[in-house]
Amino acid sequence: MSRPELQAPPEIYYGDTEAKKYTKNTRNQQIQADMTYRALELLNLPPDEPAFLLDIGCGSGLSGEILDEEGYLWAGVDIAPSMLEVALEREVEGDLFLQDIGQGFGFRPGSFDGAISISVLQWLLNAETSHPTSSPPHRLNRFFTTLHSALRNPSRAVFQFYPSSDDQIQLITSIAQKAGFGGGVVVDYPNSNKARKVFLCLYVGGGGGQQQQIPQGLDGDVVEDGKVRFEKRRARDLRKDKNGKRKSQKVIDRDWILRKKELYRKRGKESVPRDSKFTGRKRKPVF
Amino acid sequence: MVRLLTHNLLACHVKGCTSNNFPLQFQNAQIELREADFNTDFLKNFLPKLEWKALVDSAKDLGDTSLPLEQPEMLDDEFLKNLHHVLLEIHVEEGSMTCPNCKHSYPISNGIPNMLLAEHEIG
Repeated sequence: MSRPELQAPPEIYYGDTEAKKYTKNTRNQQIQADMTYRALELLNLPPDEPAFLLDIGCGSGLSGEILDEEGYLWAGVDIAPSMLEVALEREVEGDLFLQDIGQGFGFRPGSFDGAISISVLQWLLNAETSHPTSSPPHRLNRFFTTLHSALRNPSRAVFQFYPSSDDQIQLITSIAQKAGFGGGVVVDYPNSNKARKVFLCLYVGGGGGQQQQIPQGLDGDVVEDGKVRFEKRRARDLRKDKNGKRKSQKVIDRDWILRKKELYRKRGKESVPRDSKFTGRKRKPVF
Repeated sequence: MVRLLTHNLLACHVKGCTSNNFPLQFQNAQIELREADFNTDFLKNFLPKLEWKALVDSAKDLGDTSLPLEQPEMLDDEFLKNLHHVLLEIHVEEGSMTCPNCKHSYPISNGIPNMLLAEHEIG
């Protein structure tokens, strides 16, 4: 299936059912949690200082919960009302706003000590209408300039996102630079298809002599959660014959045949054989 | 869940609305009080970010007059307690916020303000 951002705008894609599904999925929860911790690590906030953060695209508050646990106060913005509703149900601590980040923020200068955003930026790369204000560069520009002013100097903003090409990374970083940010892209596990994660690490201020270093991406082996890798694939391959086609399923028993025939009749398929006492009976051996 | 903490950071972001666009005025606000953990360090860190007059005025709009008109030099316990209550424990659940300059109204429902703009208002 193609990426969700190619299917519909976020506020429509994450309707009531998809929002619930997304939040309940334990795998999503795990991935979100991992990425949030990593983003916090990249954010590199001074320890023992209660910071006030902005969660961009907070959704149902999966990452917000972690911010709560870590003792940060935060405000979150998201464009999908259904996701925010789930966040309310889950009683997260942060202040929530229904906002389109492509329209820019209205926060006063220096409001936040940092910003994180998990799996959001890619949603800004699709134009929904032909109005000039909905072109991706315009929206990105508006987003980054207003975010830049809303952040304290010095501070950082960390975005995890799923770029579909290098051009997209190029577009995003160049617009962020024009908005006044320093920094760049950090890629975790660049050699793994599955664990590869792209983080955009942006700095406000911090120039003038001691340039802030872009952190290193994680490398090396991915720690799997105790499961044998490729298990699923092997099981799937077992079901294929040597030509790579799926083996046809064997006829199981008479009940199974009757059920199938009933189904075909219900679907209006013609030429379904009549049921008789011979249905599903074994043939005699030829000899 | 609009608290005065974030309300104090929030200005209007309609296209061309750049001066006198802060603070947003509460209208028909229904408030709810919810206890929050008291954190002195956070309050002390946050103090320089606050626009004091806007905070006192908005608190008054919501019916809380425990804050002094001028920001005190000395931070005593009682002051911090009051500040904590005003910033973190008053939640606006329903109502709306109106920009004093362009009169754009941001409706609040279920504690979530709707900050979406119409096409012609996007800067």
